[in-house]
Amino acid sequence: MIQQVKRYLNTQREAAPLAVFRVSFGLLMLASLIRFWSHGWIEKFYIAPSFHFTFYGFEWVRPFGNYTYLLFAICALSTIMIIIGYKYRLAIIIFFLSFTYIELMDKTMYLNHYYFISMLSFLMIFIPAGSYFSIDALQLSRKRTATPIQFVPRWTIDSIKLLLGIVYVYAGLAKLNSDWLVKAMPLKIWLPSKFDIPFIGDLLGQEWVHYAFSWFGAGYDLLIPFFLLWRKSRPFAFIMVIIFHVLTRVLFPIGMFPYVMIVSALIFFDVGFHKKIIYAFAKAVKYPQQLLETAQHYASRNLNLAKASIVIVAIFFTVQLLLPWRYLAYPGELFWTEEGYRFSWRVMLMEKSGYAQFKIVDGVSGKRFYVDNTDFLTPLQEKQMSFQPDFILEYAHYLRDHFEGQGHQEVEVYVESYVALNGRLSTTYIDPKADLAQIEDSFAHKNWIIPFTDEIKGL
Amino acid sequence: MKKIFGIIAIALFFYACGSDDTTLTTDDSGTVNTGNFDRSAMLTNWADNIIVPGYIDFNAKVNTLESATAAFTADASDLTAVRAAWLDAYTTWQRVSMFEIGPAETVNLRLNVNIYPANVTTIESNIDNGSYDFGLSSNRSAKGFPAIDYLLYGLGADETAILAVYNGTEGAAYKQYLNDVVADMKQLTASVLSEWQGSYRAAFIENDGASATASTDRFVNDYIFYYEKFLRAGKMGIPGGVFSGNVEVGNLEALYAGNLSKELFLVGLDATQDFFNGKAYNTNAQGESLSSYLDELNAIKDGVDLIEIINSQFDVARASVSALGSFESELSQNPPSTFLESYNEVQRLIPLLKVDMVSAMSISIDFADADGD
Repeated sequence: MIQQVKRYLNTQREAAPLAVFRVSFGLLMLASLIRFWSHGWIEKFYIAPSFHFTFYGFEWVRPFGNYTYLLFAICALSTIMIIIGYKYRLAIIIFFLSFTYIELMDKTMYLNHYYFISMLSFLMIFIPAGSYFSIDALQLSRKRTATPIQFVPRWTIDSIKLLLGIVYVYAGLAKLNSDWLVKAMPLKIWLPSKFDIPFIGDLLGQEWVHYAFSWFGAGYDLLIPFFLLWRKSRPFAFIMVIIFHVLTRVLFPIGMFPYVMIVSALIFFDVGFHKKIIYAFAKAVKYPQQLLETAQHYASRNLNLAKASIVIVAIFFTVQLLLPWRYLAYPGELFWTEEGYRFSWRVMLMEKSGYAQFKIVDGVSGKRFYVDNTDFLTPLQEKQMSFQPDFILEYAHYLRDHFEGQGHQEVEVYVESYVALNGRLSTTYIDPKADLAQIEDSFAHKNWIIPFTDEIKGL
Repeated sequence: MKKIFGIIAIALFFYACGSDDTTLTTDDSGTVNTGNFDRSAMLTNWADNIIVPGYIDFNAKVNTLESATAAFTADASDLTAVRAAWLDAYTTWQRVSMFEIGPAETVNLRLNVNIYPANVTTIESNIDNGSYDFGLSSNRSAKGFPAIDYLLYGLGADETAILAVYNGTEGAAYKQYLNDVVADMKQLTASVLSEWQGSYRAAFIENDGASATASTDRFVNDYIFYYEKFLRAGKMGIPGGVFSGNVEVGNLEALYAGNLSKELFLVGLDATQDFFNGKAYNTNAQGESLSSYLDELNAIKDGVDLIEIINSQFDVARASVSALGSFESELSQNPPSTFLESYNEVQRLIPLLKVDMVSAMSISIDFADADGD
């Protein structure tokens, strides 16, 4: 067993897939950042709001006012370095840090695909994706003593496949619940509202279509990594990848994610495919072809570092495999309490919305009044806050501090909130008698959430 | 094989790229959706049977107010007729106030005719100066119904005292101001009505898609915004001190005339419920509406009868507010418990509209232009 693992870890493969992956990843990230910037979202989401929802333990991560643009610029610069493969290791570290920092600045903006990018870029720190078809390789070739590599450890390519596989399979497992499979929720709500899409618009109101999409979606997520792995089914599987993600792109506002997934799936293709791409590019940019066929294997200059990398990647995947199951440690319905919901590849699973009205009570004077949320939050923040308990608590604490700062004493904060989930009638969400000003946030179960009145079976 | 595959991939990719951030519009035959609610029929009902007739009526009432004002300023001996015309127009306003979309939104009709309380200082200084530009936003609280309220009820302790102002040395300036305020309302109202009777109606109905900028999505947002901010908060919540902890009687609607704000509120509440049910203006005929839309969706999703819940909450809120004395007398209680209880019934509709209704329709509230996943 150990022998097999060792042999596996020492196996090397051609580096072309990593190079293609690196370049396309960099290009997509650059496009993504430019898109974000050009929509005015940096200003709108990170600079304009006076208040930001933070992640537990990362309260110190804040936007830098107008210098936030600089942060985005640094991140964009690192993507260019990644594309051309210039000082790759440094570039990917900068990208990982800056991108993750951006995502930590405001929880309102949390998206699974941003989390995916963060995790992928972390993994890529340990992968020699910049050593082939890159400026780094070109510069190395100018030194007499060293030759750029043509082969990399096989596990570095496989680890990207594994991460993609985890994303898909966990997204599929999350769909194995009664709302998704038996009630075709939330697609039954979402699809009919897309009646104005050309060609298929009329179909989207049909109930059988809702079920077909639900079941197909779950099956797709669960099986697609395996179809991509198997050489014979690969072309078919890749067509499915394109159809699936393009469809989601047409139906839902999910930004760059479909393109990221489509391009990422190319990693499953054979070396021959990637080499064709590389050779075409190399010709276009006049990259010396002999550097693509050096027959040089990858050898780490520092053996301890190489070993540490493998250990870190192993730990990384262990965490990835376990983290989505943490919800089992909490009582109550996951979709309702959202305790353990994030960072688990639960993608487009629920139609959930809420309404939260906060009551402030001056504990000394007894004076009470309600808060107009628009005084403090952006529409997007208010929307996200209204159905997620950790947002509600953080906002309640902000209100407490705000009104105590205004001279009110021993401020108590109560919330009257209603949440509707997957077509059910809205019900009271947070205990209206709980003084949120007194409750501290933690990873412990939030017993001030009123339990879900229905039952959703499954994972 | 490979070539075809590549072509398909590229074509799909560009199709998806092409749809980026653009509004997809329905093709002309899109109104015959099978298994889908016909939004265009609903928009037509809104425009032809509710909104336009409402504006026609309101415009007529404003015209009547104008002639009554002209008669009063010609012979300032009796306030009865002009006051009645003002109240009639003000009451009708409550039925059209929520239609702040398109032409009304362009001219900011609501902000121009019903910002209250009126700013008496600005009104008096305008009258003193004899020159004012009603196009300035700083003058919004010095015109419209609240300003007329002040001019017809607030200039003196009683009718005799008020008439004395109009017949006094400054009388001409006050008369002029009153006429100008009414003329401003008339001009705004006429422009909104003529837009609706002109090209806007067709534009409104044609925009029958499902994007955030489609008529249905935008109007549902406007409708809920009206209910929450202007009906609930403006007419009850703010005067009742819900947001400040202190009763603010000075923020009641029709402050100087007094004892009217409850009636004006109830007309507004009726208007929002009638709109929900698609009831044609001033009749009992019903057409496609939010309620029939929910009905259609419920038929598909076999959900709870949300329509009944919403309508009965409207009824509960109406009964509760109707049972109150005038808002002035209720707010003189300390604390105004019965008033606040009624407010709570009015408040209870908000989660039903803002969470349950829109989530069933998959309409986003305060649409934020951002990605989801």
